[in-house]
Amino acid sequence: MKKKVLTVDDSRTIRNMLLVTLNNAGFETIQAEDGVEGLEVLEGCNPDVIVTDINMPRLDGFGFIEGVRRNEKYRAIPILVLTTESDAEKKNRARQAGATGWIVKPFDPAKLIDAIERVTA
Amino acid sequence: MDMNEIKEIFFQECEEQLAELESGLLKLNDGDRDPETVNAVFRAVHSIKGGAGAFGLDDLVSFAHVFETTLDCVRSNKLEPNQDVLKVMLKSADVLADLVTASRDGGSVDESRSRGLVKELEALAKGEMPSGGAAEAPKAAPVAAAAPAATDDSGFQPIPFSFDDDFGGDDAAKSVFEVTFKPRRDLFAKGNEAALLLRDLSRLGEMAINCDTEALPALDKIDPEETYFSWTISVTTDKTEQDVRAVFEFAEWDCDLEVSEVAAEAAEELPMVPVPFDLSALDDEPAAAPAPTPVAEVPVDTKMAAAAARVEKKEAAAAPAAAAAANNAAAAANAAGQTIRVDLDRVDRLINLVGELVINQAMLSQSVVENDTNGTSSINMGLEELQQLTREIQDSVMAIRAQPVKPVFQRMSRIVREVADMVGKSIRLVTEGENTEVDKTVIDKIAEPLTHMIRNAVDHGIESPEKREAAGKDPEGTIKLSAKHRSGRILIELIDDGGGINRERVKQKAIDNDLISPDANLSDEEIDNLIFAPGFSTADKISDISGRGVGMDVVKRSIQALGGRISISSRPGLGSTFTMSLPLTLAVLDGMVVTVAGQTLVVPLTAIVETLQPEASSIHSFGANQRLISIRNSFCPLVDVGRILNFRSTQANPVEGVALLVESEGGGQRALMVDAIQGQRQVVIKSLEANYTHVPGIAAATILGDGRVALILDVDAVVAASRGQSMKQDGALKADMSLAAAG
Repeated sequence: MKKKVLTVDDSRTIRNMLLVTLNNAGFETIQAEDGVEGLEVLEGCNPDVIVTDINMPRLDGFGFIEGVRRNEKYRAIPILVLTTESDAEKKNRARQAGATGWIVKPFDPAKLIDAIERVTA
Repeated sequence: MDMNEIKEIFFQECEEQLAELESGLLKLNDGDRDPETVNAVFRAVHSIKGGAGAFGLDDLVSFAHVFETTLDCVRSNKLEPNQDVLKVMLKSADVLADLVTASRDGGSVDESRSRGLVKELEALAKGEMPSGGAAEAPKAAPVAAAAPAATDDSGFQPIPFSFDDDFGGDDAAKSVFEVTFKPRRDLFAKGNEAALLLRDLSRLGEMAINCDTEALPALDKIDPEETYFSWTISVTTDKTEQDVRAVFEFAEWDCDLEVSEVAAEAAEELPMVPVPFDLSALDDEPAAAPAPTPVAEVPVDTKMAAAAARVEKKEAAAAPAAAAAANNAAAAANAAGQTIRVDLDRVDRLINLVGELVINQAMLSQSVVENDTNGTSSINMGLEELQQLTREIQDSVMAIRAQPVKPVFQRMSRIVREVADMVGKSIRLVTEGENTEVDKTVIDKIAEPLTHMIRNAVDHGIESPEKREAAGKDPEGTIKLSAKHRSGRILIELIDDGGGINRERVKQKAIDNDLISPDANLSDEEIDNLIFAPGFSTADKISDISGRGVGMDVVKRSIQALGGRISISSRPGLGSTFTMSLPLTLAVLDGMVVTVAGQTLVVPLTAIVETLQPEASSIHSFGANQRLISIRNSFCPLVDVGRILNFRSTQANPVEGVALLVESEGGGQRALMVDAIQGQRQVVIKSLEANYTHVPGIAAATILGDGRVALILDVDAVVAASRGQSMKQDGALKADMSLAAAG
């Protein structure tokens, strides 16, 4: 069965890159544009892994991750943070919010897939 | 979708982000301190940087990074976004826009300018941050240090992080690492999984693993969320210690981890009992995963199996809920895609087709009317419905092309900034009604005349700060740009609070340039409108800002070419207001169909104030061949359209025709004489220039229901020609009417 990935990113460019990369790698991809939509979509889609941006309108990545972790059903789902923030402080905040791992943009498709493979069975 | 398409999307997105950036910065400039505004500005730059990085647009990335860093200081309240700071930021936004354009079109940017701004931005960031710029230098996580972390002058280097960089590639010798790994409960809470980490570790090489289950309490004491196991692993690999640690990159905070290298020969002496571990069982597709260790029975761990069973059960319980919610997900996914991007050509083709449809429908209606004497047949009723539907389709298609004027207005704010900077003035641009929608063609074509007018307003309209202060005004000038809909047209106003038109000087200039005679008696309004006259320029010296050899007459012409009108009103010492009225669309027009000397013409309805049947008593002769009509006790020049267009050589008898009272550009009204009114109709505009050639006095053409070509009158040109006539210039326009006859 195809693994299902939920991506949350406000940039249309990045959304498209994720879509192409993930689809090419044989994942089923569901996309949301910000944290609020991400939480809404999450309810029904039951993904195997979530890839999220940090800087987003309405609800940022930190808030989104916290929201996912509060959800009894999804609190153990792997969440990868996809962001240009490479400094340790932001990474730490993402971790405190409950992120599983991170991928530093600009992402390389192979590394994105690798990171997803690492955190999913 | 391939990368080029995504890149195209990226540039489209950049445009949006740049607009967002600018409007956000302008809001901040107006004193808005809403954190969301700052966030939106930050995000805009951040997004551009993110996308640019993905496409390797290094110049864009490095500038965006510096900009972002400074914005981050504002976001975290380390830097107060005062006017000076915002000035730098607005300029940076301009440079960022230039860089985007350069990246897309392959042009170059003013490097000294961008370098200068990088310095200014860095100074702002450093000046306010306790630890200087160092805090912003990218820091790699300890284990990520394996990746090259070169830093350039800007303090930035995107770190392409690698999970599998093989630094020990040339070293064939294998090392043995001893890893002790004890996960804490947080590790699982964050979605990591000890088994997956061990699987990853196993991919480095040969592995012997020992699970310490000492800490496991009695079954009734087990907290399902606590961790009780720890592992001691011996890995024989050609990779480095860093690679081994990299496996635990995501988990190192949430576990006790020790990695130490033991001498290869000592490995055998380790007092460790290797426990084979079936890692491939973790994979959904066993074939996909390398199986580094031979598959063997997992001894012990009934507890582990129990735990696994529990997880499965939980998943099973969750399944129905998930299925039920799947529909919601689909709905949400649909809701996400509420807009689509369509190539403009496609929309234009559709508009063209609808135009043809309208004409075809009109022709059909007409021939039905001609063949159906009683007019009540079902065909007739069906046609009426068709007419209504056609009209609706047309409106809907036009709506597709409608766009808010916002992007154009935003461009103006940059021009105000740059020009004001150049001439040493301080000017605020206030915009209003940015979301007013108008046809895209109008938007595209309005930008140039508007730019020119804005430059003029900054250069000539607003006085220097000293003069303003002397006049008791705010040294900072204000230019207001507003847009609104009014009776089927869009009204754009440009209001400055400058000195207003210097009528003395304008008049003198007009006299010097032979535009008016020295003894001409002109109203204030007429003097103001002289600035639109061809060959008029008030600037004593042509500046490179608003000069460029074109004057307001060019502006006026381009507005008129759009079917628009422009006028000015000015109050000395208080400023000037330019008012432009433009059609919402260039594709259709509501017109009055009239007959002039046997020809059918269309007069734009928007130009007509009223129509009247002249009585003999209200017609007055004035001079040799001028006539006036008295309307409610005021006189209005009568213009015989047939003569102006050279349809006939003698004046028609006004009493036999109809007068259309029109508002002309330079203010004042004229009564256009036509022979008869046929009716009102929406007509599809067909360019005359594109299909034939420009005809003076004629704006465009259309095709009527009977299939004949009718010309659309250019009211302003006709009025202007009649004025020329009165000034004894070259008489009537030489209109080539063969086209109308040919239809």
